[in-house]
Amino acid sequence: MKTLKFLLRKEFKQIFRNPIILRLILIIPMVQLLILPLAADYEIKNINIAVVDHDHSPYSQKLLNKIASSGYFRLTNFGSSYSEAFQLMEKNKADLILEIPSNFERNLAREKNEDLFLAINAINGTKASVGGVYLGQIIHSFNQDIRQDWLPVNQTSTPQIEVASINWFNPFLNYQIFMVPGILAFLVTMVGAYMCSLNLVKEKEIGTIEQINVTPIKKQYFILGKLIPFWLIAMFVFSLGLFVVARLIYGIVPLGSIFALYAFLALYLVAVLGVGLLISTYSNSQQQAMSLAFFFIMIFLLMSGLFTPIEGMPFWAKWIADVNPVTYFIEVMRMVVMKGSGFAELKNHFLIMFGFAVFFNSWAIWNYRKTS
Amino acid sequence: MNENIVIKTEKLTKKFGDFIATNEISFEVYEGEIFGFLGANGAGKTTAMRMLCGLSIPSSGNATVAGFDVYRETEKIKKHIGYMSQKFSLYEDLTTLENIQFFGGIYGLPEKTIKEKSKELIYQLGMESEAHKLVASLPLGWKQKLAFSVAIIHEPKIVFLDEPTGGVDPVTRRQFWDLIYDAADRGITVFVTTHYMDEAEYCNRISMMVDGYIKALDSPINLKKQYQAQTMDEVFYELARGAQRKSD
Amino acid sequence: MKQFLAFVRKEFYHVFRDRKTLLLLFGLPIAQIILFGFALTNEIKNTPIVICNYANDPISHQITDKLGAGDHFIVQKQLLSHQEIETVFRKGKVKLIVVFPPNFQYDLYHQNQAQIQLIADASDPNIATTITNYATRIIMDYQQGLSPSKDVPYSINTETRMIYNPELKGTTNFVPGVMALVLLLICVLMTSVSIVKEKESGTMEILLVSPFNPIMVIFSKAVPYLVISLANLVIILLLSVFLLGMPVNGSITLLFAVSALLIITALSMGLLISNVADSQQSAMLISLMGMLLPTMIFTGFMFPIENMPWPLQLISNLVPSKWYYIIVKSVMIKGLGFEDIWQESLILMGMTAFLLVLSIKKFKPRLS
Repeated sequence: MKTLKFLLRKEFKQIFRNPIILRLILIIPMVQLLILPLAADYEIKNINIAVVDHDHSPYSQKLLNKIASSGYFRLTNFGSSYSEAFQLMEKNKADLILEIPSNFERNLAREKNEDLFLAINAINGTKASVGGVYLGQIIHSFNQDIRQDWLPVNQTSTPQIEVASINWFNPFLNYQIFMVPGILAFLVTMVGAYMCSLNLVKEKEIGTIEQINVTPIKKQYFILGKLIPFWLIAMFVFSLGLFVVARLIYGIVPLGSIFALYAFLALYLVAVLGVGLLISTYSNSQQQAMSLAFFFIMIFLLMSGLFTPIEGMPFWAKWIADVNPVTYFIEVMRMVVMKGSGFAELKNHFLIMFGFAVFFNSWAIWNYRKTS
Repeated sequence: MNENIVIKTEKLTKKFGDFIATNEISFEVYEGEIFGFLGANGAGKTTAMRMLCGLSIPSSGNATVAGFDVYRETEKIKKHIGYMSQKFSLYEDLTTLENIQFFGGIYGLPEKTIKEKSKELIYQLGMESEAHKLVASLPLGWKQKLAFSVAIIHEPKIVFLDEPTGGVDPVTRRQFWDLIYDAADRGITVFVTTHYMDEAEYCNRISMMVDGYIKALDSPINLKKQYQAQTMDEVFYELARGAQRKSD
Repeated sequence: MKQFLAFVRKEFYHVFRDRKTLLLLFGLPIAQIILFGFALTNEIKNTPIVICNYANDPISHQITDKLGAGDHFIVQKQLLSHQEIETVFRKGKVKLIVVFPPNFQYDLYHQNQAQIQLIADASDPNIATTITNYATRIIMDYQQGLSPSKDVPYSINTETRMIYNPELKGTTNFVPGVMALVLLLICVLMTSVSIVKEKESGTMEILLVSPFNPIMVIFSKAVPYLVISLANLVIILLLSVFLLGMPVNGSITLLFAVSALLIITALSMGLLISNVADSQQSAMLISLMGMLLPTMIFTGFMFPIENMPWPLQLISNLVPSKWYYIIVKSVMIKGLGFEDIWQESLILMGMTAFLLVLSIKKFKPRLS
């Protein structure tokens, strides 16, 4: 036990003697936390629509006004030919093209039926689908308006189902309150795991690890001595992110129990640093550790539900998400910050994370050989 | 030097796949001896030493170090030995004093002892003005002397030195050997590998490894007589002429 | 020239003998393609929802059935109080509550208007929007069925064509992005770290004191990664085309040319970082930690750049992979030729040249 004290003293001295790395550890995550949530917005707005109006009638004008005033679309062009509008689409300046045929208003009045043509740039499938739905709703509403204008009163109405949607926990669909906790969680994970892993491998690379292996130091203590300093650093970075950046810049204050959040964070960091240590026990050079870490962290990132929902994944991918510790942390972050959850709701998460922590660290300790 | 055996090996072998690094080597080392383990690069010296230090498990054969078995009691061995690796064993980003304190603590010395020992060591090495300097800033010769002193800070039974004097001038090497004599006088057995043949003269006995075998094992005087050589260099040349393995 | 090849050969040995690094170099692109192609999507299936049907009339039941048909939703029928809804949402599995008020059908036919309430768990605004969108669409479809436009005068029909991606596959969006991400990150990381490693271990000094041009030494380090990245590109393309059914409508030569350009940009960035970093750890911190998320986000394949506040849009212009992404989409999916992408290509070439010149000028052999 006393050896742990000496190990920690040495580790801390070494870490704090390297001001460049310390600064990088603090600055890189904070800058990213400041900027990235502003960019990570899935909301579909500013859909560029190019209109080709062959009709130029009062009613086609009404339709265009309706589209422009909806707030979803940006009318980028009034052209006279479809091919001109298509050029725009090729140049990514138009997401949708609406073509109103000539004599639109006259034909509608005479034939009681008319067609509009819509071309959608479907490279971004989601944007296309949502854009199509919005435009469809606008056209439908425009259609209703026409009927009200042209039909006698009692014939105008068709039964209208009105869909009223209410959003709980995030009434303004604020993406930042959703992304900031998740991004912070991931940044802290990266810092902790990478630095811890590289630190241990560096000793292997330089050769000082041999000196350690030849002493009676118990390997558990050695591993613990590598884990604790980075655990503390990661806790600090997280706190900086939560109380300075999230609160002051984004105005995010967790609704739920901060105590529960920190308790989970503590456990989570042990698990994640354990992964880093495990990787370093399998690596002989910093480059190797980094490659392995990059590989796993990338998979953890993609499968954590940070950017795309787990609910949308096929069953085999959901399994991967289930064994990914980051998934649970991001979930806990969001639950505590936005839904006000506390220990009671997070029981399962704690249990699972405890399992991860024990699993990864035990494996790391088992795999670390003082004698090869 | 007395008759107690502190290291005993019997047909100790280490294989890496098909390559036999050390081939059934057998020898004994007595307490208080300065035992030189010579040979060309690649002859198998470092491999042998690592097995004796508990850093590597032998493929076959037996050995005991300080009375403990190298297969099953490696951690016990480590309590009773010191080691100075080829690739520097000190932390470059810690100061002289901090390195001494760290290793003292790791070997379980009480705080008071560590304090006393540090003062003693720094004084003996004449490094008072370097006590708070980072090891990285020390010249090579001082690093080596410091590393050696740190390796025996806990007065182990045996200290293993792996090519400890590489890269320094002859004067500094001589000073280093003074420290070794000092340790041996205190009863610490010194097991040193080197490929500097002149250092062989400083040892009580030496063994010569060639291609994984021990080709000779005796005191320098006897060996020179045996091979009718003036220096150990010539002895080595005689023995190593037919060596297959040139260098690592 | 022969010397250069000798260096290159040595570097190849280094890289190919390190299995763990190979895992990253080849495994990551493959893993990403598989994940992006099959697992990562904004579309959600089989979401549990709860329907609180206070009306209990035929129409509300029909709408309920319609919501449950198909694979978007798994429907549970339950009457929940406000408090109970909160509990259900807290548990995290149910994302949407659909409420039919009492007298739904009656109001619909007698007042021509009735309301359905959709209460969404918007803690994930992305999911909330998507699910609400689905539900709305299904309800609107139902409404269309109630009063088919044939019977109603003055109907406007919309004929819709999906361009470039008729099946609305998400892959067309992701694959070029994955290409950009992988090429950029791996090259920057590997180059910067391997050069810094030589600096750290002192072998750089040896090389610099030798008669060989140091620039040649540095370039020789970059060559294996250039080759590996191009190989990766081939693998990614093959996987995307055969596994994911992605179209390749444009010139492959052009594609490779532009990719080579991006790789060179990345290698120059790596070189620049290696000049600035003093240790492998710093190099890694900057090239990996510092670039992973920003590259993912500012390339523009995960989040639309047009959505970002304009200062961020400006920043995204500085990210080389953003231009590469546009070019690849245009060439691969839209089938356009050089005439259409020359502007973006020029920008990319400009960036490359700038980085190369800067990194060569800054290459000071620090012999401390």
